[in-house]
Amino acid sequence: MDQKELRELENRCIQEYAPWCTARCPVHVDVRAMNAAITAGDFTLAAKVLKKKVPFPGIISHVCDHPCEDVCRRTTIDAAISIRELEMAAMSFSEPVKERVVLLKSKGKRVAVVGAGLSGLTACFDLAKKGLGPVLFETSDRLGGTLWGYPEDALPREVLKRDLELLESLSLEIRFRTSLGSDIFLAELRNEFDAVYLGIGADSGSTGEVHCDDRGRILVDSITFQTSLEGVFAGGSAVSGPSERSPIRSISEGRRAAISIDRYLQKVSLVASRENEGPFETRLFTSVEGEERRARVPLADAALGYTVDEALLEGGRCLQCECLECVKVCQYLADFKGYPKKYVRQIYNNLSIVAGQRHANLLINSCSLCGLCKEVCPEDLHMGEVCKASRRLMVSQNRMPPSAHEFALRDMEFSNSELCVLARHESGMTSSRSVFFPGCQLAGSSPRHVIKTYAYLRDRMEGGVALMLRCCGAPADWSGRQDLFDRTMTEFREQWEGLGSPTIITACSTCHGVFAEKLPRDKVVSLWETIDRLGLPEQTARTVTKPVALHDPCTARNEPGILDSVRSILDKLGYSIHEPALSRKETECCGFGGLMAFANRDLAEKVIDRRIEAIPEYIVAYCAVCRDRYASHGKPTGHLLDLLFGGPEVGEFVVKGPDYSQRRENRTRLKRSLLREQWKEEHVAYENEQAITLHIAEDVRELMEKRMILVEDVREVVEWAEKTGNRLVNRTTNHFLTHYRPGTVTFWVEYSPEDEGYAIYNVYCHRMQVLEEIKH
Amino acid sequence: MTHKIDLTGAEEWICASCGVTLELGTVEVAYMGSKYPVELPKCPKCGIVFVPENIALGKMAEIEKILEDK
Repeated sequence: MDQKELRELENRCIQEYAPWCTARCPVHVDVRAMNAAITAGDFTLAAKVLKKKVPFPGIISHVCDHPCEDVCRRTTIDAAISIRELEMAAMSFSEPVKERVVLLKSKGKRVAVVGAGLSGLTACFDLAKKGLGPVLFETSDRLGGTLWGYPEDALPREVLKRDLELLESLSLEIRFRTSLGSDIFLAELRNEFDAVYLGIGADSGSTGEVHCDDRGRILVDSITFQTSLEGVFAGGSAVSGPSERSPIRSISEGRRAAISIDRYLQKVSLVASRENEGPFETRLFTSVEGEERRARVPLADAALGYTVDEALLEGGRCLQCECLECVKVCQYLADFKGYPKKYVRQIYNNLSIVAGQRHANLLINSCSLCGLCKEVCPEDLHMGEVCKASRRLMVSQNRMPPSAHEFALRDMEFSNSELCVLARHESGMTSSRSVFFPGCQLAGSSPRHVIKTYAYLRDRMEGGVALMLRCCGAPADWSGRQDLFDRTMTEFREQWEGLGSPTIITACSTCHGVFAEKLPRDKVVSLWETIDRLGLPEQTARTVTKPVALHDPCTARNEPGILDSVRSILDKLGYSIHEPALSRKETECCGFGGLMAFANRDLAEKVIDRRIEAIPEYIVAYCAVCRDRYASHGKPTGHLLDLLFGGPEVGEFVVKGPDYSQRRENRTRLKRSLLREQWKEEHVAYENEQAITLHIAEDVRELMEKRMILVEDVREVVEWAEKTGNRLVNRTTNHFLTHYRPGTVTFWVEYSPEDEGYAIYNVYCHRMQVLEEIKH
Repeated sequence: MTHKIDLTGAEEWICASCGVTLELGTVEVAYMGSKYPVELPKCPKCGIVFVPENIALGKMAEIEKILEDK
């Protein structure tokens, strides 16, 4: 990921874009924050938010033409928030604060501002703050211009005067009763001052010196507000004309002209980086799905405005517009307390730093790569792709934490070892039209389903059904190990081509996805489409009579053929299916995808809980891992193959799946029993085994599962201890404690000899190597 | 790992080969190309080291993570 890609990715996350109200407001009042403060009852904070952008908040809260309300998201549900009235409430109910204006040191330039209406006063205010305290020329004998024309109940004089007092704190030089064109002339002003601002209102008539349109409106540059004369700027009603008068735009234009004047006097570009200064279109997306209609809180008396209680109610109608579509549906994205724009930046920094802690490693390795974010993102941003590419980069730079994926990769290596791998034509055949590929997880989770399904396929299909037992290589791909993934794929290809490249029938949608990407598309078909086409097995097991919720595995989300055929099968079986809120294309990962369960176990457990809490019904899954993970948290979950070929009875939908060690054993046993039954051979690799017997209680097995320690590891450690005598002994219990490091992990095992074998009491491990030398 | 380590229960274990009580001693531990001297109980005769469970899953795991993210 280089800087350019980073920007491109960051730019696709729209969470930080302004809400519609703020974007449309010419001075960008943070209406969302103001409403949040009001809803929290903090009117002082709400007023502070308003004052941050508006120099005359009392006036504006009374007379603003509120273009923000036209684009309020609530207009798509019922009616806009009463934003101006809420501003009034913020001003009325806030604690009085002594306003302090910080002025920069004088820059020694002279600026003239003509006209003391909203735009001229704003220009004065902003120029003074920039150290360009101007001289103000006003026709009448008071500040405020046409603001005095509002009736008292629309703009109380008290409010008007209070806001105008702000100008006093600026110690401006003000020349009242001085009219442009009679008392002073623009040519003089240009002579005497370094820059001039004309905020002369709509009715002042042309100055005769700057270019105007045929309606007498001064023509200005739309970005800089410079007139046809260099150094002369104009804004407000003098530019917009009397019919398009807008108080809030007058403020915006006075402000933007002040920016131009400052730049003009500094002799820098007037136009650089001035995007979105006025009203602009936002790219934000906010879903209003499920939002209830709530009518505007009516105003009893428009002049008095809302009461505190009414303001709280009306402020509460604000949708607090933001996107977070992906964060709402993903525990992973929520867990790291940000959103993709932030994450992409953190990941980029993580990958770029030369020295120091890489704090985003866990962020990168925790994603399930499931792609739900992309499905719900208005801009199709796929955090999984960002994370996977980052993992590859980390691997290539030798910076992948070994603890993240090593266990899973060892498991893959085991599944693709001689102990488990099988690739055979159907017994008695020399060629195959198709090959059944159950995948390592179904083989590990439920070998009997592999045997039954294979029998069904042989029975129903012509032309020979071969069998391949192995892992598709997805763990290598997920962990960023491109080299290992390629190697695994090459091995697979050799075996598959050795069978004559038959059509692959996949039971696992992860394998399906891997093959669909790497092999000709017409060579891969799912088991579910196959069963749907061939018809149900003769004796199906109807074990559940209540409605079931169907959980689609995340790797099936873009396989409509799989999604449809599974529903069709359940329909033929007579089940009424409930679709969870997140299903089909928008299904959730069970927490195993992307190796999340290995890199961030706690998160992956939360992912399970979140899913099962959202589904009240019994779950039917058609991925062995999803099935076992939901069942592991006590959720009644059956595999579609249970329903097709018989499986746990209703009460046993909660039967826990096998643990890591048992899955390994299941894979080896499956190979052995199939070889024996189908091909009348003995599985040589298992013949010479003379392993010691271990007695492991259930609670210790659970500990091993959690700590990712296999029975094989424990066996190896005990054997080593018995051979070398290197061990400690407990004075009280007489248990032995020993440690051994067969590979990259040091295992500790507390045990004692028992019943021709060994009882195991405790196991733990660490990756740090203790450099000891044992002298005997 | 210069912090004080919690060795509650550690005195229960003695070296099975030498039959002697373990004593705190300096041991080197290594991970991700870094090496540190640490104080751990070990047999004064044969040198077999004891890493208690709370150390392995606590302090040691913490440092492993820091070194992995370095």
